[in-house]
Amino acid sequence: MLAKLAWHSLMHRKGSVLLAIVSVAVSLFVLLGVEQIHNQAKHSFNRTVSGVDLIVGARTGQLNLLLYSVFRIGRPSNNISWQSYRDIASRPEVAWSIPISLGDSHKGYRVVGTSTHFFRHYRYGQNRSLALSSGRSFADTHELVLGAEVAQKLDYKTGGSLVLAHGLGSTSFQLHDEYPFTVTGILEPTGTPVDRALYISLEGMEAIHSNGPANDELIPESITAFMLGLDSPVTTFQLQRQIDEYRDEPLLAILPGVALSQLWQMLSTVENVLLLISAMVVLTSLLGLCIMLLTSMRERRREMALLRTIGAGPTQLFLLVQLEALLVVLLGMTVAFATLLGGLRLVEPVLAERYGIYLAESLVTGRTPVLLAGILAATLLVATIPALGAYLQSPNRDLQA
Amino acid sequence: MNAPVTQLTGDAIAVEQLQFCYRCGPAVLDIPRWSVPRGGRVFLRGPSGSGKSTLLNLLAGILAAQSHLEVLGQPLDALSGRRRDRFRARHIGVVFQQFNLIPYLSVLDNLRLAAHFGNSSGDVRSRSTELVARLKLDEHLLERRAEQLSVGQQQRVAIARALINRPRLLLVDEPTSALDPEARDAFVQLLMRSYRDVENTLVFVSHDMALARHFSMVADMRELNRAWKTESTDAC
Repeated sequence: MLAKLAWHSLMHRKGSVLLAIVSVAVSLFVLLGVEQIHNQAKHSFNRTVSGVDLIVGARTGQLNLLLYSVFRIGRPSNNISWQSYRDIASRPEVAWSIPISLGDSHKGYRVVGTSTHFFRHYRYGQNRSLALSSGRSFADTHELVLGAEVAQKLDYKTGGSLVLAHGLGSTSFQLHDEYPFTVTGILEPTGTPVDRALYISLEGMEAIHSNGPANDELIPESITAFMLGLDSPVTTFQLQRQIDEYRDEPLLAILPGVALSQLWQMLSTVENVLLLISAMVVLTSLLGLCIMLLTSMRERRREMALLRTIGAGPTQLFLLVQLEALLVVLLGMTVAFATLLGGLRLVEPVLAERYGIYLAESLVTGRTPVLLAGILAATLLVATIPALGAYLQSPNRDLQA
Repeated sequence: MNAPVTQLTGDAIAVEQLQFCYRCGPAVLDIPRWSVPRGGRVFLRGPSGSGKSTLLNLLAGILAAQSHLEVLGQPLDALSGRRRDRFRARHIGVVFQQFNLIPYLSVLDNLRLAAHFGNSSGDVRSRSTELVARLKLDEHLLERRAEQLSVGQQQRVAIARALINRPRLLLVDEPTSALDPEARDAFVQLLMRSYRDVENTLVFVSHDMALARHFSMVADMRELNRAWKTESTDAC
């Protein structure tokens, strides 16, 4: 009965109540949005790469190396020589190595020159290896494997033929059109940046860049970076130090886990500030709701007195006001969730393309339930002010005349 | 507290040395002795400021009495605020001059709300239909929002609302002042007819002496209330 009364009372004041709902919804949308990005980014980052012990590249920042080798964001500063790669990869403690050569693209998707080791050793998520959904990996210089998203978005099938472009822009004028590639395989979707690239052999990479007639031996002079898997993790730090002190050229070796958490830490500072700001926005909207209710209490004095006359106790009036506040916030929450769900569908491609963030399905993750419970608690707390007014109001209407 | 405690007097209202003042101001009410027998129909008259409404609020338990006040055999001054609320909801019907209904609820929901707070058991819907018919209102008005009704209709619904829990005491405060003079007599007659039982006690406050002929007893606040004279000289 009380809930029904609260509902009709809100419906009676549609205008101001609607505004309050919108204000709550907007503020919650901001908060939930920030929270969502936090959760998704964390989830997405942590599953990008696993099972790789060291990533080696030209000497640059840790994060820079991580970003261009794993996330394919930004540009590599310098290449490293093939010689150094062979030297380090052939050390006894190294179990496997994956060379990476970047610099070309196809319709905005990056082209990665690598070896078949990539398909065999690269791991993501909970130590999952890559798999082909169709075809086979490349075996020849003219052959190419597509990431799942590239194949889907550009509608390529195995057996198709395509031309790569020099540089990283999506509208490059310099096409390697004298050297078309044949798609031999398509990878299973992984939900990581792996989906968003095309893979060719290092020889193929060399072939499209060497001018004039093809050499017999297509050995690259340099590559961008390489990943290492070691036999025993105990040797990781030792090898890292040796690489950092490598004599022939300046190299940098990073532990992906450490670099990822460093990257995450850097982002979480920003993200915490955002969370704080959005929490303030929510608080402001709750205070607005409190003001709305307080103002309405003034208009509803006779209504409250009447309720007292027909037998409602002060506690019931207190609950009535609290219930109204809760209803407004719950409605606002519903609107915010619906908008967020729609909004995420819209920004999903942009997030993946620009920031390498892949969205997981669930909306309520991590701290979200705690946040929502906190908001409801804050609502009850803030609504105590007008509710107490209703509680303390004298039932004698002569006193209010 | 479900059944009123056994009454010593058999009076519906018994007042002794009743004094009342707002926030320690001058006494607005000072009644040495007043009683109304069960089944009495009292017309309570008096000019504005004579303490009529204050007395009514005390009888309804809306204001807390500081001295002896017995309603339907229950000493109200012995009850806590919460228990006075419940006692009122259950046993006393109240009709005011105006604003007797929650404007945004339907007539039926207004009646249901009163039944809910009064802990009334049974079929509220059929009881509402019956009351509405007795008060010569159309049944389809039950679904109408209270604010869509005319003033006269609203006052009649107010009686229905006051009677939904079958109270033994009905307090009515100037219910006709918003009505046309022609409608007043009809309203009072309707009220009397709807509240006929010999056990039912009615206190009707008005300054419209033309209505007094409907009542078996007439009381004048200027005679009941000793504070009246002092107040007129204080002029506050």
